[in-house]
Amino acid sequence: MTFFVLAIIFWLIAWYLNVKLSAYRASRLPKILAPVLFGMSILFIWEGAIESFNISPVILPSPSSVFIKFTISVPILWEDLVQTAFKGALTGFIIGCSSAFLVALVVDRFKFLERGLLPISNFMAALPIVGTAPILVTWFGFDWHSKAAVVTTMVFFPMLANTIQGLQMSDRIHKDLMRTYNASNLQVLLKLRLSAAMPFVFNGLKICSTLALIGAIVAEFFGSPIKGMGFRISTEVGRFALDMVWAEITMAAIIGSLFYGGIALIEKVITFWHPSQRGRA
Amino acid sequence: MTKNFFPIISILCFIIFLWYIFSVVLNSSWALDKAERSSKTLTFKELVADTWSQKKPKLPAPHQVFSEIWDTTFNKKITSKRSLVYHGWITFSATVAGFVFGTALGVILAIAIVHDRATDLSVMPWIITSQTIPILALAPMIIVVLGSIGFTGLMPKAVISMYLSFFPVVVGMVKGLRSPEILEIDLMRTWSASRSQIFFKLRIPKSLPYFFTSLKLGMAASLVGAIVGELPSGAIAGLGARMLAGSYYGQTIQIWSALFSAAILAATLISAISLIQRIVLKRMAWSG
Repeated sequence: MTFFVLAIIFWLIAWYLNVKLSAYRASRLPKILAPVLFGMSILFIWEGAIESFNISPVILPSPSSVFIKFTISVPILWEDLVQTAFKGALTGFIIGCSSAFLVALVVDRFKFLERGLLPISNFMAALPIVGTAPILVTWFGFDWHSKAAVVTTMVFFPMLANTIQGLQMSDRIHKDLMRTYNASNLQVLLKLRLSAAMPFVFNGLKICSTLALIGAIVAEFFGSPIKGMGFRISTEVGRFALDMVWAEITMAAIIGSLFYGGIALIEKVITFWHPSQRGRA
Repeated sequence: MTKNFFPIISILCFIIFLWYIFSVVLNSSWALDKAERSSKTLTFKELVADTWSQKKPKLPAPHQVFSEIWDTTFNKKITSKRSLVYHGWITFSATVAGFVFGTALGVILAIAIVHDRATDLSVMPWIITSQTIPILALAPMIIVVLGSIGFTGLMPKAVISMYLSFFPVVVGMVKGLRSPEILEIDLMRTWSASRSQIFFKLRIPKSLPYFFTSLKLGMAASLVGAIVGELPSGAIAGLGARMLAGSYYGQTIQIWSALFSAAILAATLISAISLIQRIVLKRMAWSG
């Protein structure tokens, strides 16, 4: 019981510190420290609750046991990561996003196609495309190819909708300026409209980065070789080895955040001119 | 809408046309195999007819899928395990339950974030991180764990839906509640409005357009959550379970029909929200 009480006290102190910190607007320190303190208090309360109320590890393992499991099973986790994230998700992400981008460039040349495809792809992006997983697994087999195919279909429509929308974003006055410079269509596309579309393209890439990992993992529930994150999660749940499941989830969270953060970083470099990127420094 | 009507219809027709072509290509090997075993040669016409009417095709033709949907929707009793209405209803109720909880959680968090800077700084980054975790991967575990402490049926799926749908609501509502301009807040202050009066008379009305946009995103996410929640073994009813059963027994037509009913369900739910949005915003004299 004492540990739980201590955790609660820690949380209260951390919250008090956060209130103090948030009043302190001049530096960037609170923006980093506040979430760290909050995250730590959640971990402490979690650990404390497990310790004090004797919650069975079959229901919820403690953060410390997950951490131990994580450190001793790094080789397995790495093998699963390569299978699911690099072979399945990343391949699908690259194929899906680049083909959607190219299709958007083609569609952009024809107003008729654009009018028809934008509403359709917006609609498709809202559908549970992940449901095609069982179909694609039977088409492409159990290995990572089918996972890449699921990811490709999942990311295609959000990416297409965002890119088409982005290409419509350049101002008329800018296009007129390009005309006065006697710019060709290609030049207008390369020098004006593509850069104007970039915030939308990156928005699409960010959405797709989380979808990609989900798609690859869920597709493994329908059949996979004996490695991969989705395979590991479903078999370890069956054995009630929840610490391994949580270690796998931690791995997924880390790689998911890195993936998302990497794209956000590239976005920051490329769309430095956009209002949402300025004035934050 | 009328401007886009013709382009959309023609692209849909093109997709259906492609679909028929693909089903010929993908199913032909089975048809040819069968013909060879009974030592027959197929004319092109017979081949096409066969590929569009197989029992377990690789890719069922559109009319097969739609006749299956029609058959299992209108020709079966609603209580029957073969009825799509029965499975759709189960998915629908989990989706709506998760959606309602998720929306409530999202709105409460957004209000806290807008009013308290400490919450904004410490909780908001974690809310964003929570969505970079492939949460659907947790689905089988949540189902099993909640099942082992006595929650079965609707609730575990609703929890997954809630987790997915609260995020767009938080983000949209934070944006919406912060959308009043300084000028407007100052005007409220000159009228000596209290914090709660500013909240109810300025912030809430101004956030409504954002609210409805996030509701649509949340509803779509919630449906995906409910379907994936039905995938792990143990679930025997719902559109997701129907897909899984279909994939175990190679019933491709069943998978496709479940997939299309999920799409129809999503379209219905989202357009229902659009309708409410249009009525409410019109009544509140929001243009548009």
